[in-house]
Amino acid sequence: MTRSSRPLNDPNRRRPPRLLTGNEACAMAAIDAGMRFYAGYPITPSSEIAESLARWLPTVGGVFIAMEDEIASMGAIIGASLTGVKSMTATSGPGFSLMQENIGYASMAEVPVVVVNVMRGGPSTGLPTSPAQGDVMQARWGTHGDHPVVALAPYSVEETYEATVRAFNLSEQYRVPVILLLDEVIAHVNEKVELPEREALRIVERPKPEVPPSQYLPYVDTPTGVPPMAPFGTGYRYHVTGLAHDETGFQTNDPKVIDAQLRRLHRKLELGRHDIVEVDEFLIQDAEIGIFAYGSSARSARRAIRLAREKGIRVGMLRPKTIWPFPDEEVRAWTGRLKAWLVPEMNLGQAAHEVEWAVAGRVPIRRLNRVDGNLFHPSEILRAIEEMA
Amino acid sequence: MFDYQSYLRLDHFPLIWCPGCGNGVVMKSMLRAIDNLRLPRDQVCVVSGIGCSSRLSGYLDFNTVHTTHGRALTFATGIKMAKPELTVIVVTGDGDCTAIGGNHFIHAARRNIDLTVILINNLIYGMTGGQHSPTTPSGSRASTAPFGNSENTFNVSGLAIAAGASFVARSTTYHAQQCDKLIEKGIQTPGFALIEIMAACPTSFGRANKAGSPAEMMLWQRDHAVTPQRAEKMSPEELQDKFTIGVLAENPRPECRAEYQKLIDRVRAEEAKR
Ligand SMILES: Cc1ncc(C[n+]2csc(CCOP(=O)(O)OP(=O)(O)O)c2C)c(N)n1
Ligand code: SF4
Ligand SMILES: [Mg+2]
Repeated sequence: MTRSSRPLNDPNRRRPPRLLTGNEACAMAAIDAGMRFYAGYPITPSSEIAESLARWLPTVGGVFIAMEDEIASMGAIIGASLTGVKSMTATSGPGFSLMQENIGYASMAEVPVVVVNVMRGGPSTGLPTSPAQGDVMQARWGTHGDHPVVALAPYSVEETYEATVRAFNLSEQYRVPVILLLDEVIAHVNEKVELPEREALRIVERPKPEVPPSQYLPYVDTPTGVPPMAPFGTGYRYHVTGLAHDETGFQTNDPKVIDAQLRRLHRKLELGRHDIVEVDEFLIQDAEIGIFAYGSSARSARRAIRLAREKGIRVGMLRPKTIWPFPDEEVRAWTGRLKAWLVPEMNLGQAAHEVEWAVAGRVPIRRLNRVDGNLFHPSEILRAIEEMA
Repeated sequence: MFDYQSYLRLDHFPLIWCPGCGNGVVMKSMLRAIDNLRLPRDQVCVVSGIGCSSRLSGYLDFNTVHTTHGRALTFATGIKMAKPELTVIVVTGDGDCTAIGGNHFIHAARRNIDLTVILINNLIYGMTGGQHSPTTPSGSRASTAPFGNSENTFNVSGLAIAAGASFVARSTTYHAQQCDKLIEKGIQTPGFALIEIMAACPTSFGRANKAGSPAEMMLWQRDHAVTPQRAEKMSPEELQDKFTIGVLAENPRPECRAEYQKLIDRVRAEEAKR
């Protein structure tokens, strides 16, 4: 079975240009991807997603509900998804922290949902209106236990649209919660975009059972590792729990079964890895210095690379569009052709840690970090490049 | 005799509950009510939290969800909002519903969303070994209240009434037939319905408080439950250790999902005119 969660059938079919913020693009894309249930609690800098959807969802017959907190929002979208409706929530740091327990539930019970986390300065209430990239590790490990998760990190408004459609595709295809990591700048910047035509989108739906209810096993292993999912109320009566369960969905204490189920949760993403992990390569073919950057930092890095190239320095960028699972193979593949890596991040070194692990000491890695609520100025990155050249 | 078996997932028996636990009484009452209403089982969804009481969902042959601790109402809200044709019943405990889930409880009641909440109030955190809960009576003992509980308790039904629930009732496992009727009424109510059922936890609450056998604990329920009518005629002193049972409030109010549907219809009609 060939699978693709890529959002575009034809990248050239575009709508006329317009101005849009990242938050608006995200909300539009969610509706275009078929999302019909949103539950959320307001928090800067994500609130415009909720505000847009409160306005747009009823026009397409969808439901918007303002919940009492982010724990409730996460619970509500899982519940809605169980009925077969694509669901999402959006938040920022403090709210993302509150969502963690139920994100683990979605991983364990394999309920497709999309969670947008517009990163702002942390920890705690931190810097509500400033960009940051401090939640990269939280997106991977925020909830307890060894859980599978997918996280995407777009770097422009147009890419936010595509990443949002892709987030839904991935969550449906793999029955996994997908985290969309935006940051304050991408969420709020007004950018010229040429969105793909709706008809040119590839929209993926979750696998449905092909057996009658009496034979349905909601957590059965399959060649893809993804079991088919029946919506509630369609004759397939089954049990959903966050407890370790067997293929029927019921709690089990059998170590063999527990082990097999937990490994399946990870295997399904390993089998889909080449569909899930997506990177963008920018002028890296002949580069000696590789920059690993994502989100807003990658915007500054692009500019710095151009400036460095004008000075004759061979530098390029590997930009992960998917940050979890981590593109370690891609990092390793380029490492053989590079003299060094530079990892600029608006945190104290989170992705850098993964890059170091992938590179395993073969070339030096330089970290460049900011946690003062400001974007990197391209000149800062340029300076680091020059020092490394 | 009533055919419970056809509604049960017998492969998952035996029940995890201790002998004499009140949860089984509630489960049977719930099945009688559902059967009496002739609800198609594909359209019934039972959502529970975490706790001994919340294990109930797994034993029933409906669409069932065993959620996270305290959050059953949030999952149920999503289910009801996304698929209103389902009959959604929430089974929860005093800890699940009024401690960790207290915020969701008052907000679900405020929204008056069409859910039927069966709260099994055994006055204790049973599953975790008998720690005191927001409903453990002042002075009662628990593993975390070895010298007696020094805190005040919640009046759970009063809380639901104040928050705006459409139907609020209380009963006990001793009054099982009354439970059937109340659950039925709750399901039929187009709005938030709470049926608080006082139940014995002989293992955790019973032992710590020397409450006697499960049967004796049920007799305690009999002797301390009074109807609202009788309660009116009793003095505050007489009422001190009593609680009222029966329908405590009926308050028809606009229901959350139905109101949202009106909004959808209005917005779409306006959109179509443009
Ligand atoms: C977030 C979280 N905190 C704590 C627990 C542990 N826990 C499980 S059940 C429970 C109490 C349940 O009490 P109640 O709702 O009254 O149910 P009962 O067992 O009495 O029926 C607690 C504290 C948990 N599962 N999750
Ligand atoms: S501990 Fe109490 S509530 Fe739990 S099953 Fe035993 S008797 Fe019932
Ligand atoms: Mg209890």
